[in-house]
Amino acid sequence: MTLVRTFSTAGRVLTQIRHDHRTVALLLIVPSLLIGLVAWIFTDTDVFQAIGPAMIALFPFIVMFLVTSIATLRERRSGTLERLFSMPMGKGDFILGYALAFGFLAIFQTAIAVSFAVFVCGLEIEGSIWLLFAVTVADALLGTALGLLASAFARTEFQVVQFMPLLVFPQILLGGIFIPRDQLPDVLEAISDWLPLSYAIDALTAVADGSEDAAWIRARILAIGAWIVGSIVVGSITLRRRTA
Amino acid sequence: MHESGRARRRGGPRGETAAPAIVVHDLQVKRARVPVLRGLSLAVPSGMIVGLLGPSGSGKTSLMRSIVGVQIVQSGTIEVLGLPAGSGALRHRVAYVTQEASVYDDLTVRQNLSYFRRVLGVPASDIDRVIERTDLASVADRLAGSLSGGQRGRVSLAAALLGSPEVLVLDEPTVGLDPVLRVELWQLFHELAAEGATLLVSSHVMDEAKRCDRLLLMRDGELLADDTVPGVLAFTGTDDIEEAFLRLIDRGEPDLQPHDASARPADAGGSEGRR
Repeated sequence: MTLVRTFSTAGRVLTQIRHDHRTVALLLIVPSLLIGLVAWIFTDTDVFQAIGPAMIALFPFIVMFLVTSIATLRERRSGTLERLFSMPMGKGDFILGYALAFGFLAIFQTAIAVSFAVFVCGLEIEGSIWLLFAVTVADALLGTALGLLASAFARTEFQVVQFMPLLVFPQILLGGIFIPRDQLPDVLEAISDWLPLSYAIDALTAVADGSEDAAWIRARILAIGAWIVGSIVVGSITLRRRTA
Repeated sequence: MHESGRARRRGGPRGETAAPAIVVHDLQVKRARVPVLRGLSLAVPSGMIVGLLGPSGSGKTSLMRSIVGVQIVQSGTIEVLGLPAGSGALRHRVAYVTQEASVYDDLTVRQNLSYFRRVLGVPASDIDRVIERTDLASVADRLAGSLSGGQRGRVSLAAALLGSPEVLVLDEPTVGLDPVLRVELWQLFHELAAEGATLLVSSHVMDEAKRCDRLLLMRDGELLADDTVPGVLAFTGTDDIEEAFLRLIDRGEPDLQPHDASARPADAGGSEGRR
């Protein structure tokens, strides 16, 4: 692995996206639109105040998962991945390059989503908005990392698309949006304790209602970080230079 | 930097005294559980253009992918420039052009080349050199996706020329090109070989055989011939490569006359394979 190859891969991915204005617009705006929709649905109730933080966790996470996994799959289908692997390109350089590029985009995306939820939709935040932002960026990066992991496993577009229900939906179902996690059956609660999206939703909810201190939130961010690193490492190990 | 790459190349002009650039021994490859290469053994002499010909499905791409180290192989050995195929040190010295142009459609020609040259770690000046070589100067700042099929193919080739690799593995580089471009491309291949590079060029068009120094004819994952063009024609008693191919199938006995430079070091006159 070399820094030059990692950074030039990240730069190349960003240049590609820059040429596609519609993708940039969708990437930056879609999570905010969805958060706005949820706020609108629950106008005149206090539901948005309760689930708003979870929505901030959800939408950037899903969007980044999808975009990243499709982007790397496209690389495979276009033959450029094969070309890169016949060149002195490390598997880690490749995965990390993508993670950096989409991580960079995630910062802008989440800045817009958080600002929109707080300043436009009126989500009240007891804790620090910077902590809210930090958790959301970590959460979007998690989406990217899991997307990279999924596309390292997947061999076809169909498989990638189905990794989404497999990797993402259970995390949403068990994340405490539908029913608080401590009311889940014991086995499911134990499982949800291990799922990274649960950390993000817990942390964002805690920042919003001010129920936990900054150290508690930071511990959740670290747990998400561990998942990000783990996914990237496993993703680069699973990626195959030689294919059938 | 890339000039010194040339100096690394072994052997004299056309490499007649050099060891083979590629040696394949008893290679077996399966794709989707179906055997596509059945114990293939061959050698590609250094500094030559070797044509890999055969109908589609004969295993040409699998062989090329194995040589550049991106194919899972069941058994057998492949040495490229004396090293096991796919080893790290070869990734600077062997370039591969896939059948479909493998470039980023949403980057300009120059951005594509600029990225690949960073991956290869060759100087930026190499970009202009390969753009000129592949005659892409007029479209260098256009998105690759907006180019014609032939131009995209040349971008893919230009990327392979970065860093002046010693071995070029080209999968059907002339497919779909108009005759003028095809002639120009073959001229470029001959120039590269004259500079000392070894080229393995696949095609399913038998006509292109005439432009190669040597031929490998493949069918069903096996070798029908490993010989010079005149050698194959003489062996089969015809003046047409397509006919020669049919006769080799009928005869059921391959025409294997490997160019074994090391066995005949004194044969510097080299009657074979050169015009």
